[in-house]
Amino acid sequence: MEQIFFWSLAVGLLTAASAVVILRNPVSNAVCLVVGLVFQAALFVTLEANFLAAVQIIVYAGAVMVLFLFVIMLLDVKEEARRPMVWPKLVGVFVGVVVAVLGIPRLVASFPASQKKLIWGEGKTSGAAQDLGTLLFTSYAPLFLATGVLLLVATIGVVVLCRRDPSP
Amino acid sequence: MITGDITLGHYLALSGFLFIIGLAGVLLRRSLLIIMMSLELLLNAANLALVAVGRFQGLPDTQVAVFFVITVAAAEVALGLAILVAIFRVKKTTAIDRMANLRF
Repeated sequence: MEQIFFWSLAVGLLTAASAVVILRNPVSNAVCLVVGLVFQAALFVTLEANFLAAVQIIVYAGAVMVLFLFVIMLLDVKEEARRPMVWPKLVGVFVGVVVAVLGIPRLVASFPASQKKLIWGEGKTSGAAQDLGTLLFTSYAPLFLATGVLLLVATIGVVVLCRRDPSP
Repeated sequence: MITGDITLGHYLALSGFLFIIGLAGVLLRRSLLIIMMSLELLLNAANLALVAVGRFQGLPDTQVAVFFVITVAAAEVALGLAILVAIFRVKKTTAIDRMANLRF
């Protein structure tokens, strides 16, 4: 069961991510990114992080991607012209692919913990909102407050940046 | 390999490949919008690795870290898109090779 879910979700996630990089129309890129983020949320569920999966869908696939699509529509971004691939770039991409395909499995295998098997229901962490909230409001309360300040500053920054006529 | 058990290594490798794809997007594409989407892919690769390590090593703290990463990513996207809109009003383009000078 674990194998079926992992492999189908992994293939879907990597396909959607490649489509984000390869496709030329910005709207297709954004929609593919939404699909990829939903796949990632499903992978969070297979890791028993249920609350994070919900947050991923609501915040990432919902709010952030709507912002992206809104800006694409607002700016009326045209399809990017396909530029000819010059050979140094092709060589670079080829070398990168070879290094990644050969290197990543070796790098991962060098971690002793990477042999641990995934068996559902035997995880020591629970992804429930209650446990996450307990941690968030006790050990990580200062960080949580700092995040609130960060979001406030970001909001003010966005308003200042997007003002049409900056008066002194 | 396909029929074997799923291990932490599988998730870490998937995260690594996702990171490589996002990095390729940041390096190869010219549109600022697509570069920001690829940055989201990079952050998601890190999130996946964090959640996987937390699940297999029994560390619930990593999920809190992912929570903060998602928050910071949302703020980053809002600010980045605001800067993009401000630049687009002047330059009428999202291509980064047209944004190489410091003053407009």
